[in-house]
Amino acid sequence: MRLDGKATLLGDDIDTDVIFPGRYLAVLDPRDQSRHLFEPLGELLRQRAIAGALLVAGWNFGCGSSREHAVTAMIGGGIRLVVARSFARIYFRNAINNGLAVVSCSAAVDLISEGDQVEVDLARGQVWTPRGEVAFEPLPPELLRILAAGGLWASR
Amino acid sequence: MNQQTMAEKIMSRLAARPVRAGEFVELGPDWTFSLDDGIGLVDRYFRLHGIDRLAAPDKIAVFYDHFAPADTPQHAMVQRLGRQLCERFGIRRLHDVGTGISHQIAVETGLVKPGQMVTNTDSHTLTVGAVGAIGCGIGVAEMAWLWAYGQLWFQVPSSQRIALEGRLAPGVSAKDLVLSIIGRLSVRGAQYSSVEYHGPALATLSIAERMTLCNMGVEMGAKFAVVPGDQVTRAHYAGLGIEVGEMPSPDAGAHYAEEHRFDLGGIEPMVSAPSKVDNVHPVSSKAGVQIHQAFIGTCTNGRFEDFEIAARVLAGRRVAEGVRLVVTPASREVYLRAIQSGALQTLIEAGATVTTPGCGACAGIHQGVLAADEVCISSSSRNFIGRMGNRDASIYLASPATVAASALAGRISDPREVLAGSGAFSIVNTSALPR
Repeated sequence: MRLDGKATLLGDDIDTDVIFPGRYLAVLDPRDQSRHLFEPLGELLRQRAIAGALLVAGWNFGCGSSREHAVTAMIGGGIRLVVARSFARIYFRNAINNGLAVVSCSAAVDLISEGDQVEVDLARGQVWTPRGEVAFEPLPPELLRILAAGGLWASR
Repeated sequence: MNQQTMAEKIMSRLAARPVRAGEFVELGPDWTFSLDDGIGLVDRYFRLHGIDRLAAPDKIAVFYDHFAPADTPQHAMVQRLGRQLCERFGIRRLHDVGTGISHQIAVETGLVKPGQMVTNTDSHTLTVGAVGAIGCGIGVAEMAWLWAYGQLWFQVPSSQRIALEGRLAPGVSAKDLVLSIIGRLSVRGAQYSSVEYHGPALATLSIAERMTLCNMGVEMGAKFAVVPGDQVTRAHYAGLGIEVGEMPSPDAGAHYAEEHRFDLGGIEPMVSAPSKVDNVHPVSSKAGVQIHQAFIGTCTNGRFEDFEIAARVLAGRRVAEGVRLVVTPASREVYLRAIQSGALQTLIEAGATVTTPGCGACAGIHQGVLAADEVCISSSSRNFIGRMGNRDASIYLASPATVAASALAGRISDPREVLAGSGAFSIVNTSALPR
């Protein structure tokens, strides 16, 4: 399973409230949710993230709430991949179970600059960046299977 | 190598085989809770995938706490969808508008028992660790899946052991303790871990205090936070007329990835300053910061004991001019007890506004959102940018006593100064008060 995108860089401890504010929790359709993605951080970031389809973040991405809107709003906007140094555990689960690819690889984050074209092979565990390639430990097969199917329900 | 942590022991029972930290397992938790903020999505998954039966309706409970009563037509709509879903599938446990927060109800009614595992579409589900259970937040797609099929993948977490010694000084609370722990370990210090609390100080901590302690485990990244069952736990269930059998405890020699130690006697009132929870400082170093709103409530600190201490701070006094004091009981039961004890009357006389039991202002949805450039001091658990509905507002997290003292002064203040002046330290025995 190979994915690519143009990187939008984010920092450490990006929480679910800045990814998707609580007052929109009753918005159920992922395309509608994507209109509120990163609202506290500004419309420009939202547009850049969606255009590039790839987020690159620091430690503990997605900390805070269990709201899966923070994952599905990204999918609704066309974002398919997040590379981070680490993920908060509920965000990680929500990503796998909704078909958003997540790669935990600190070495890759070190190599990536804003706007870089990045490609990932999830099954092989390889990231290609303009400044070289890095290997990472692929997800366990049972999780990779769910992710590749497009999420838990699609894997039925 | 058969010695197990609490997480390994409880997950082994559910997996029906011995499991170790790091393993992926399929299991069906004892409880699957869903809330108003996610129930509309459960309904959506069921419609999209044609689900017409549930694996185990008796393991399900639904709670309306995030926007109760509904404040927008959309919120009213998802609550309606949820009620229809409960009726269609024969879900008996629907805790509708006004009953309170899921975690509070789960513990105060004895619904969750020691040794059980709870999943809930709420990140603060770790709170049930206060009664020797393990609880974690999950997403809605997997919650709908659990409702339909009863089994889901989980990873068995490694564990951290936090030993507590000594005793909290008067005017210092479990909130100050947990803020101190997060300040030392950081917002990712327990990532993917189960935090187990141990040590002689636990005997001095009530169920309410243990709830605060476990609740904020998620703010350092933990999957579970748990206090193994003891006499305090047993007394809690005895008070509810519930017989609990054997309560699981970790084995001596179980493996802990990290061990930490805290002396409760050395803890002082703390605040978490904007806008990361581990930005923790002694109240004294932030004293004088002007506030516009003070909020006492939430699954972290919206319990009877929290309103009692706030009432002691504010008895016979009034909150400062220009400060809004918003008070939100965590449940209807808490609300009634605080009425009966007089705590709510004291708070209302001091100028407080009381809102519907539930999550209240914490999640930035309703009942106390902030304006740009405003400062709120809150007994809740998150001070993220925009958390209380405005990205240009600032949130300080503190104990109910500190929030009350700050409301009184109109600026961040150490509650010990007020409490010492009022002689309140002599009456802090909450166990003598009516249940």
